[in-house]
Amino acid sequence: MDWNLIFTRAIEAGIGTEAVIYALAAIGLNIHFGYTGLLNFGQAGFLAVGAYGLATTIATFGLPFWVGIATGIAGAVVFALLLGIPTLRLRADYLAIVTIAAAEIVRLVVRSVALRDTFGGTDGLEAFSDDFYAMNPYSPGEYGIGPIGFDHRTMWVLTVGWVLVALACVLVYLVMNSPWGRVLKAIREDEDAVRSLGKNVFAYKMQALVFGGVVGALGGFLFALSRAATQPDLFSTEITFFAYTVLILGGAARVLGPVVGAAIFWLLLILVKTGMEEAVNNHVITFISVNQVGSINYMLVGVGLILLLIYRPQGIFGDKREIALDAR
Amino acid sequence: MHAEAVTTRKAAALAVFEGLPTEPGVPKPDPILVIDKVVRRFGGLTAVDVEHLEIQRGSITALIGPNGAGKTTFFNQLTGFDTADEGSWTFNGKQLKGMPAHRVARQGMVRTFQLTKALSRLTVMENMRLGAQGQRGENFFRALIPGIWRRQENEITERAEELLTRFKLAAKREDFAGSLSGGQRKLLEMARALMVGPELVMLDEPMAGVNPALTQSLLGHVKDLREEGMTVLFVEHDMDMVRDISDWVVVMAQGSVIAEGPPDTIMSDPRVVDAYLGAHHDAPLSAEEAEEQLQEAEAELESEIEEKA
Repeated sequence: MDWNLIFTRAIEAGIGTEAVIYALAAIGLNIHFGYTGLLNFGQAGFLAVGAYGLATTIATFGLPFWVGIATGIAGAVVFALLLGIPTLRLRADYLAIVTIAAAEIVRLVVRSVALRDTFGGTDGLEAFSDDFYAMNPYSPGEYGIGPIGFDHRTMWVLTVGWVLVALACVLVYLVMNSPWGRVLKAIREDEDAVRSLGKNVFAYKMQALVFGGVVGALGGFLFALSRAATQPDLFSTEITFFAYTVLILGGAARVLGPVVGAAIFWLLLILVKTGMEEAVNNHVITFISVNQVGSINYMLVGVGLILLLIYRPQGIFGDKREIALDAR
Repeated sequence: MHAEAVTTRKAAALAVFEGLPTEPGVPKPDPILVIDKVVRRFGGLTAVDVEHLEIQRGSITALIGPNGAGKTTFFNQLTGFDTADEGSWTFNGKQLKGMPAHRVARQGMVRTFQLTKALSRLTVMENMRLGAQGQRGENFFRALIPGIWRRQENEITERAEELLTRFKLAAKREDFAGSLSGGQRKLLEMARALMVGPELVMLDEPMAGVNPALTQSLLGHVKDLREEGMTVLFVEHDMDMVRDISDWVVVMAQGSVIAEGPPDTIMSDPRVVDAYLGAHHDAPLSAEEAEEQLQEAEAELESEIEEKA
């Protein structure tokens, strides 16, 4: 077994593009679920709106890169408003139902045959990332320390990505330690109490939904740009559930929870996957084939999430005392 | 000097009610809250149907009534937590019907809840700070620059500390509100409501679930509200408490106000007795009637014995 290969791949995944994308998706969810208590099960929809906003503007309409970025962000804001206006006055569970459906609607719309000329159908869109890579300051080649390394394109995506993650974390830290964040956390605890103290709960929930949605759209940009292509089926509901796993692993309502959660999630996922593949190839494990490794890996993710919720529901950064307060 | 102020406020409030008729909807000299024809139906059930009611400024008014009389529903209508089907009510002359709950609170009419709503995973201090109005840092963009709201935050913290000291919660300021006892949560909720700077405080069963040791202290705090010039309207079941602190009592039954009056005499009002015990309850027997009934029963028994023999 090539342990070197296993650990190299795992560490690359832990700081790689997937980790960045999921970190952003989970930071958005943290604003929704962790701080405000909004059960958004449609984070994949926000990523899709960001990715397709960017790709469609450039690839279909031939507009400049920055217009594409602006369209993606504006799209996320509009998507949040559309979701929020009918549901935020209702109980939390309704938002969960509406968001999971809305995210699927987005995916099915961009996938539809009728809109193939605009969104590219199941094949998706490509040829929209040239401007992004034209800004790449890294000259072609491999960069890295020891065996861990990335090519120049990935390096550019990662640089932009981790800067965005850092900026998002600073922003979240600032607002959540302000009176604004205090209102959000209070809404998570009890809406009616907050209302009785003269705060417009609906407006705050809407702001939180928009803010978290825009951060999710940033993840969508990176998802599309890192692949230089975007397909509708990349944005299925599993993104949302992985993002929740990442968030709970790291610790909800903690600034760095989603970031560390994303890194550890991808590190472990690839560590176990590559480890199993190596073990099968070297006949250490003989009862499964290499093709079955992927499925078993995801089963292990599920088991891991269940164990996490049972034994450490507060995640890595969370405070056990806070969780205990729930069991009143 | 303080004691003098206490007696004058109480005396002033009582003097206002002196000689008022005990009819429901009786007009008061200086009402802060005026309610007209408020109706709330749940399907076929009319939960609230209040013809007219005025709440006197600067007094402590108790709202009592048997279970299911619609007291809490009525509270919810007035504070915007539920929408009334019909009616109108004015606070300081301002129409409140249809106004959302948060704007009602901003007008200076702040309520607490029957089931205490402490914000568990916020500290006691954060609970208190949340109550303050007009906070600059509650805007998303201004929140990003602490310099804009830091000074105001310090002022709010100072005010909160004074209130916490008064309510004997100062030692708990950094504890999660969820770790407080039931009585302490009631105290926190009342203190938090005061952070809003209300004119009218509406307390929904302030004594429910509070241990007797804390009851006296809570009563004292409610009386203090009047001394500071606030008006108090509260729902309560404990008649001892009602008699102790209220200046005026409003009785509700089956959704309507059936009587009003001073706390000493209201419970002997026949309408109130009917409402609590039912209209066809047994009136207490006079000595003669009791004697008569006893003789009848004995005669019956004797005749039965004779028959058997």
